[in-house]
Amino acid sequence: MIVALTINGEVRTMEATGFESLLDVLRDRLDLRGSKDACKQGECGSCSVILDGELVCSCLVMVGDAEGASVTTVEGIGSAGDLHPVQQSFLDHGAAQCGFCTPGLVVAATHLLEHDPVPSTDDVREALSGNICRCTGYGAILRAVEALVEDGR
Amino acid sequence: MTAQTRTRAPVRRGVGASVIRPDGIPKVTGSFEYVGDLETDDMLWGATRRATVARARVVTIDVTPAIVMDGVHAVLTFDDVPGHRFQGQDVRDQPVLCDGEVRHWGEAIAVVAADDPETARNAAAAIVVELEELAPITDIEEALATEQIFRHIRIRTGDEDTRGDIVVEGVYEVAGQDQAPLGTEAGLAVPDGMGGIDIWGPSQWIHADHPQIADCLGLGPEDVRVHPGALGGAFGAREDLSVQTHLGMLSLRTGRPVKMVLDRTESFAGHVKRHAARLHYRHEADLEGNLVRVTATVLLDGGAYHMTSEAVIGNASFFAAGAYRCPHVSIDGYALQTNNPPSGAMRGFGANQVHFAVEAQMDRLAAVLGRDPLDLRLQNALKSGDRLPTSQQLIDVPLPTEEVLRSVMAMPMPDDADAPADPRTLPGGAGLTTGSGDVVRGVGYAVGIKNLQFSEGFDDYAEAAVELTATGAVVHTAAIEVGQGLVTILGQIARSTLGIENVDVSFDHTGQIGSAGSTSASRQTQMSGNAVLRAAEAVRDRVLAQYGGDALDDDGVWRRGRLIASLAEVSAAGSITEKVLFRHRGTEPPDEDGHGRTHVDYCVAAQRAVVDVDRELGLVRVVRIDTAQDVGRMLNPLQVIGQIEGGIAQGLGQAVMEELVLDHGVLRNPTFTDYLLPTTLDMPDVEAVIIEEPSPWGPFGAKGFAELPTVTATPAVVAAIRDATGLALTRVPVRPEDIALV
Repeated sequence: MIVALTINGEVRTMEATGFESLLDVLRDRLDLRGSKDACKQGECGSCSVILDGELVCSCLVMVGDAEGASVTTVEGIGSAGDLHPVQQSFLDHGAAQCGFCTPGLVVAATHLLEHDPVPSTDDVREALSGNICRCTGYGAILRAVEALVEDGR
Repeated sequence: MTAQTRTRAPVRRGVGASVIRPDGIPKVTGSFEYVGDLETDDMLWGATRRATVARARVVTIDVTPAIVMDGVHAVLTFDDVPGHRFQGQDVRDQPVLCDGEVRHWGEAIAVVAADDPETARNAAAAIVVELEELAPITDIEEALATEQIFRHIRIRTGDEDTRGDIVVEGVYEVAGQDQAPLGTEAGLAVPDGMGGIDIWGPSQWIHADHPQIADCLGLGPEDVRVHPGALGGAFGAREDLSVQTHLGMLSLRTGRPVKMVLDRTESFAGHVKRHAARLHYRHEADLEGNLVRVTATVLLDGGAYHMTSEAVIGNASFFAAGAYRCPHVSIDGYALQTNNPPSGAMRGFGANQVHFAVEAQMDRLAAVLGRDPLDLRLQNALKSGDRLPTSQQLIDVPLPTEEVLRSVMAMPMPDDADAPADPRTLPGGAGLTTGSGDVVRGVGYAVGIKNLQFSEGFDDYAEAAVELTATGAVVHTAAIEVGQGLVTILGQIARSTLGIENVDVSFDHTGQIGSAGSTSASRQTQMSGNAVLRAAEAVRDRVLAQYGGDALDDDGVWRRGRLIASLAEVSAAGSITEKVLFRHRGTEPPDEDGHGRTHVDYCVAAQRAVVDVDRELGLVRVVRIDTAQDVGRMLNPLQVIGQIEGGIAQGLGQAVMEELVLDHGVLRNPTFTDYLLPTTLDMPDVEAVIIEEPSPWGPFGAKGFAELPTVTATPAVVAAIRDATGLALTRVPVRPEDIALV
């Protein structure tokens, strides 16, 4: 089937099978490998993207169901020469170790702060609880987000 | 060049600074290329057919239904292994593919290469495997009774007859734990067109993988190049081979590049685990609280193949008395062979299981003696100048056990204001039904010790090179960056040593540089760090001698404040490279009583855990963990804190969440839905005091330390739950039913 999506502001049209998830399409058809596959069950958040304003696990979205949708991946949030404040704060606070969870967490934190620029500490913890990080113990990630919340105040 | 006078700038990103990791920007933007992201032209995809039972005899394997499928290029079994058919880092006892008997759930039976991943998986599923199931041995006591022993280590210190006035005994159990690195096993093999092959895979030590892969592929060592694949975590899971040999076989057979990425369930099957354990302990003390005797039998479930079990049981046994002095010690450690999935390395490497038991025993001893548990620990604390109670080796390196204990004691306790207000911070969170009135707070302590580097006579070394170029310097190493930040540390060491800011780190393959040893045993900061330090000194001293200079920086060679040659001039005839192979002072195997100079260095930590427990529902929330951590010297404070917090999260997981649930050898929870990992709602704030007592041989005084937070967190958290509930809790993880249904 032919599927058209707006990915990071750009309309992309592709041939896909009905069995492919949005994550499969991002990684294998569009070469956007920032979204990671770590569980394919929506448990770890490594594949988090923003789909029509909602934070979703792209592994749980069948690509056909995303027809016509607007999708923001980590690649659409910022780039090496133009880091988003969330990316800069993650970098500065040591929030990436192995980095496999980092793209998903960057997307989740960006989504949170767009909707609530000054969340409470408990709000931040809840908002990021769908993203598993095995390296950091979350301390550096939470400090990275808290620093932006402070800036927001 | 014209001589000029100015002040040399000191390096900004050297040792001691919170240098940002150089791979950080690719990681936060999603462009960092992990081994599972590698692709090349004309590439096939691999898939694996695995056993779904724990033990069976293979009657027949019919690959025909797979090989006839469109898009399938190869289907290979044990008979197709081109060279030596068994692999293993210590003992080569693991068949590359099932050799006629399935010995554990998840064992690889056949591998497939096809045009795309779906076809490969469908083909793997189409292979007809006829098995005759056999009764698996899955209980370690049964394995001991039937003498299925990978290694028995016997330690006898003091005399057999001396007894204490106070005796506490306990039997403890530790469930298996998965490293659960976020990146699953993945790799790429590319034939070089001349009969050789390049392999990128998940590894913590490419030079240990290299001879195994070459032998199994039937190739000479020069025909196989093992590249360091960029990993999404390791924590011990990549010490043993996973997909590498399979990829090599498929690539050699098809003459094409082959990529393979395991899914999460396969990943649970495809790497080693932390050993499940049963531990029988007897502690004896005199009436003043001095430890008199520790008697322990430590049983570790090694699973079906050796992997690193012999070294793990060594560690477990040598640290089976914990961080305490004790004159009389009898330890029998056994790594046992069963039909459970193979066990191997995970952060802590045998120290975790025994600390869970030892620290519980110390609390029980304190209770019987009517003593404060911290005070009793301080009284018995092992320190520099003592002998390790097991090996009897004199501890001639700094060991600040008393300092870490005193530091944790001095840290302020969370006050009542920290008691949960938001329902999300109650045990179980907002989705459960705890009322705040039902919550009981508990406080627990633990101290931990572990060796650094390889022990027991292993020839332990690391090679590294430093290359001075026209624009700066490059560190060359085969050490593996697993996410821990070695890439930052090696650059910092080179910068501070050379005086040059522009330093890059290059992770080279097995054909380019010698072994750095394993990225495990908390060893790379001291081992590869020392190799880089010495190589950088050699480069610096050579250039300074050649030019009569007194310092280097990014501009070039300086003499008494004047620049006398640029780096471009210095390297005009070629870059200047010095390679160093660093060996630590060495160890020796234990004698028949377990004694000897078995270790080279140690690290200690102490922790205090504060928990809230809903006794009725059996729910636990860890409120805070305070820790004091021995690090030698901090090379990078940002990374030190990151390692402490990350290590604690894994120890917390083992305490209250993480368990590999085995049913007659079959893993029942090989998904992230069923294997529970700590999230932001489970992991508390951590306060850390860093104890800096420089290592006499570590680069700039540094020690490896990042296993200790894990080793220490598990017993501290469970001690806090015991404090809150009064329950014995002799098993981890502590499950709700262990609290609510007793």
